[in-house]
Amino acid sequence: MQEVKASMAGSVWKITVQVGEQVEADQDVVILESMKMEIPIAAEEAGTVKELKVAEGDFVNEGDVIAIIE
Amino acid sequence: MSYQEELRNRIEKIEQGGKAAYHEKNEEKGKLFVRKRLEILFDEGVEIEDAFFANCMAEDLPSDGVVTGIGKINGQPVCVMANDSTVKAGSWGKRTVEKIIRIQETAEKLEIPMLYLVDSAGARITDQIEMFPGRRGAGRIFHNQIKLSGRVPQICLLFGPSAAGGAYIPAFCDIVVMVDGNASMYLGSPRMAEMVIGEKVSLEEMGGANMHCSVSGCGDVLVKSEEEALHYARTYLSYFPPNFRKQPEAAANKDVKAFEKSIVDIIPENQNAPFNMHDLIQRIIDEDSFCEVKKKFAPELITGLARINGKSVGIIANQPRMKGGVLFHDSADKAAKFIQLCDAFHIPLLFLADIPGFMIGTKVERAGIIRHGAKMLAAMSEATVPKISVIVRKAYGAGLYAMAGPAFEPDCCLALPTAQIAVMGPEAAVNAVYANKIAALPEDERPAFIKRKQEEYRDDIDIYRLASEMVIDAVIDPENLRQELMTRFELYESKNVHFTERKHGVYPV
Repeated sequence: MQEVKASMAGSVWKITVQVGEQVEADQDVVILESMKMEIPIAAEEAGTVKELKVAEGDFVNEGDVIAIIE
Repeated sequence: MSYQEELRNRIEKIEQGGKAAYHEKNEEKGKLFVRKRLEILFDEGVEIEDAFFANCMAEDLPSDGVVTGIGKINGQPVCVMANDSTVKAGSWGKRTVEKIIRIQETAEKLEIPMLYLVDSAGARITDQIEMFPGRRGAGRIFHNQIKLSGRVPQICLLFGPSAAGGAYIPAFCDIVVMVDGNASMYLGSPRMAEMVIGEKVSLEEMGGANMHCSVSGCGDVLVKSEEEALHYARTYLSYFPPNFRKQPEAAANKDVKAFEKSIVDIIPENQNAPFNMHDLIQRIIDEDSFCEVKKKFAPELITGLARINGKSVGIIANQPRMKGGVLFHDSADKAAKFIQLCDAFHIPLLFLADIPGFMIGTKVERAGIIRHGAKMLAAMSEATVPKISVIVRKAYGAGLYAMAGPAFEPDCCLALPTAQIAVMGPEAAVNAVYANKIAALPEDERPAFIKRKQEEYRDDIDIYRLASEMVIDAVIDPENLRQELMTRFELYESKNVHFTERKHGVYPV
């Protein structure tokens, strides 16, 4: 199991995967918006999206868990 | 037994290091014997070795647990000290410390690089009076390292533990390479942490290679094997001169790798969309010449050695792919050391800017982002090597300053046509100036108003306007960027400036 975490503080702009979807290593899971920039957050390893912990528009702090991948 | 035979027997015994059981234990962990490491490191092994017979009157302390000598890397002589962990876990006795001090003194006299191959449990407590507190005790090793810093390159390869005081050897080196799984650095062991402060933690978590190379920044390069560490050291040194008096040697001229997509193709039009800065770096440097430093630590800023037209350059580049390329306290800290490293050894600097600014918010203010940012600016400002700043896309606020903006005496500040220089981006600026006005407008009129004001703002910071004001020195076609850099770096080679006169600045650390 891997936790995908926010690399910096910002708001969730887009969620690019769905629960149950297969993802590859380095595939973007969500895109944050911070400092007026798009910040893609990718899965470190391949797996299946088990849970999404955030919704679009949510504020996340650095280190917050965004998704869980198995 | 003839005296020659006695000598031969003694040499043979010492060369074997510690007991077979310790060799086996090391082998299980994928650790090589110290003499094997030196064979791989040097062109032709250690060529001269001093105090080989140190502590030879003791039964079980061959060379007192450390090999010191000189060998050649890429044909250049280099001093080395290498712990032997088969001898009392590589611990330091009186003679171990004296040997390390002497080889450092040799490196100072000969003005050649100093390598530290560390694999040591720390001090031999039983020998402490002889090896710890005195003038030629272990403290002297660090004193010498500090003195050697910037005179000759100092490299640390960490193969095993580097504990307590020993952890300062890597701390004072220019670069620290750590072998994943075996290398560690810590002031107090997990056992001590549990006893003294009540913390239960594993060694890997507290002081492992991965942690240090990605979180603390005490490690620079994470490698999978000892061979990889040794090869990295050879490659790394090829970018450096043997000492601060000399210039780095140029490599045989190489061409740039051919890519299907050009620089124009890889830079997105939308300033806020990410792209991979490595793709741009690869298109301007010589093929296969990138040697990254601190790849895993603060990856929103890329630092690495490379060659352009065969000559060494140090690259500092924002990475929009990570954290939007925003500068954080850790990335500023990373940049400061890398800039100092390059400047110390006459390696010209290339800044590639695509930066929304320094990070804001409670978390980074508490981490001291202002003083860490100041440290980066100070290092960049003081660097007297040829310094080129390229504005790739946005360079907002203090981000422009940190990336060797025009006020910091770069030899030139170049802009690609995609460059955007401003205090802040259009979205933030319109909001800052017109927030009240926008709020007063009927909701359906707001988007059009915002859009119009953003366009006006973009026109106001048009790159040709900045070129007209001579803020930037040239606007470059991305396809000619490599050629432009080659020409300019070559012409700047005779640069000879002294930053200022004083004893030394007071560094904002």
